[in-house]
Amino acid sequence: MARTSRSAKILANTVGVLTVLLATFPVYWMVNSSFLARNEIRSPTPTWVPFGGSLDNFRTVVSTDAFANALKVSLMVTGLTIVVALLFAFLAAVAVSRFRFRGRMSFVVTLLVIQMIPAEGLFISQYKMLETMELLNTVIGLTLVYVAGVLPFTIWTLRGFVAGIPIELEEAAMVDGCSRTRAFFTITLPLLAPGLVATGVFGFIQAWNEFSLALVVMTREDRRTLPLWLSTFTDVNRGTDWGGIMAGSTLIAVPVIVFFLVVQGRMVNGVTSGAVKG
Amino acid sequence: MASTRLPATDRLRRVSLPYVFVFPALVALLVALGYPLVRQLVLSFQDFGLAQQFGRPPEWVGLDNYTELLANPYLWRVTLRTVLFCFVNAAVTMILGVGLALTMRHMSRGVRLAVQTGLLLAWAMPVVASLTVWQWLFDTQYGVINYLLTQGGLDYAGHSWLLRPMSFFFVATVIVVWMSVPFVAFTIYAALIQLPDELVEAAEMDGAGPWERVRHVVLPTIRPILLVVGLLQVIWDLRVFTQIYLLQEAGGSARDTNLLGTYIYRLGIGGGDFGTSAAVAIFMLVLTVVLTSPYIRAMLRQEGES
Repeated sequence: MARTSRSAKILANTVGVLTVLLATFPVYWMVNSSFLARNEIRSPTPTWVPFGGSLDNFRTVVSTDAFANALKVSLMVTGLTIVVALLFAFLAAVAVSRFRFRGRMSFVVTLLVIQMIPAEGLFISQYKMLETMELLNTVIGLTLVYVAGVLPFTIWTLRGFVAGIPIELEEAAMVDGCSRTRAFFTITLPLLAPGLVATGVFGFIQAWNEFSLALVVMTREDRRTLPLWLSTFTDVNRGTDWGGIMAGSTLIAVPVIVFFLVVQGRMVNGVTSGAVKG
Repeated sequence: MASTRLPATDRLRRVSLPYVFVFPALVALLVALGYPLVRQLVLSFQDFGLAQQFGRPPEWVGLDNYTELLANPYLWRVTLRTVLFCFVNAAVTMILGVGLALTMRHMSRGVRLAVQTGLLLAWAMPVVASLTVWQWLFDTQYGVINYLLTQGGLDYAGHSWLLRPMSFFFVATVIVVWMSVPFVAFTIYAALIQLPDELVEAAEMDGAGPWERVRHVVLPTIRPILLVVGLLQVIWDLRVFTQIYLLQEAGGSARDTNLLGTYIYRLGIGGGDFGTSAAVAIFMLVLTVVLTSPYIRAMLRQEGES
């Protein structure tokens, strides 16, 4: 670690405190406002701490049909996306890191190239395709484009995890009389579990937060995912209900933040090592 | 001799097994990305508007969509806007993120931990949730930002941030940068703590000041990571959609603030002109390749050297 003089340390710490304020204030403000009553939100001076706040906003939000509906759609799409993407990606990752086969390199390069394609560069024709397949406004339709969206990164990351498990372990088990399949399931798979969890959580976050494809595919009001629901959350008659919106945002953000904190370290390593080592 | 040979069926299995494993992923990618890409190319050569939406067969128009588009000054305005927005955001994010990572090394342990926690929190926020919070912070009537600026003696009471395009993009930049800096800071910091101390100390003994040390010793050593992170920023900021779309819905003028992503959406889904919209989408894909290829070449060169 670099040596630091006293004055440099004070300066660095000042920058640090400022950063903490800037980074956390919006998150704090979301939670804070979600507890406040309408008259506290709509007052010329902001209420900085939610003393005397209540859970009313949350109650109101949760009790609406729109929320229940969106939660259901989001859970189905997210769940299905994770299961399918993990399964497909796991198989592909094993193939890429445990076998030499013709076309292996082109497959890996394709994965990298796909990750550079902006979703917005394709969503028009994805919309047309799903329209033809009569999959617009369906969980299956949205899942299909989500799976394709998360697969490249998922394969890429899992590939790193699989490659990190020495093949010698499997071979040793095979010397002891295990079949190749059995060696894989008893030795490699358990060691791979943390990697699968981390990658799955990543898929969850992606699908749970995704907005633009959902906007294109789910055009019907009763098929909205949570992010779509949140983005259209305005009460035309009474003006913007910021308390309610903040309660909704908090509800959507909490699971993501929790999951994110759990896997963050692993994913950062995955991203950089994968990207640099090629 | 013969006994060491694998039976024919076994050999066949070994050869075909990786293909069986890759197959499901490949099919999913081909169906959901490959086919739309082809379909989009086809669409971009067709006149596909509302009439076709109601069943009339599309008409082949060759390059008409493209020639019309390229002659349309609005497309170029949107393109210029997109590229500028991308570079400004990527540059600000990189400068702040790298600067923060360099500074983090000199912080006290407690402060550094707090910074890391704060950054994680900002990083973990779902895009739509952070968009709603920032809209609330920038709210015309009851927003904290207008309140604080007014308290500071400036005339910001009732100021509408989304009305003028420049101010609209300022807000969008604040949001994008706020969400993007954590990734940069974390990744660069992780690279920095792996630098050997001797390297920095040797530079110090040569009489290098702090700035020279960073410029000539630290940054060149982490160049590969800087390139990757920079490339990702450019790619991500070129495709900013959600932020712009939602801010437009919240009161910005779409025409004056469209970037390529929202332009494609509003042409196609909004306006029903799928042919032109597909042509813009192809244009956007080409632009992505053009803008990122210098980076990719630099990365490949680095790979070759190491």
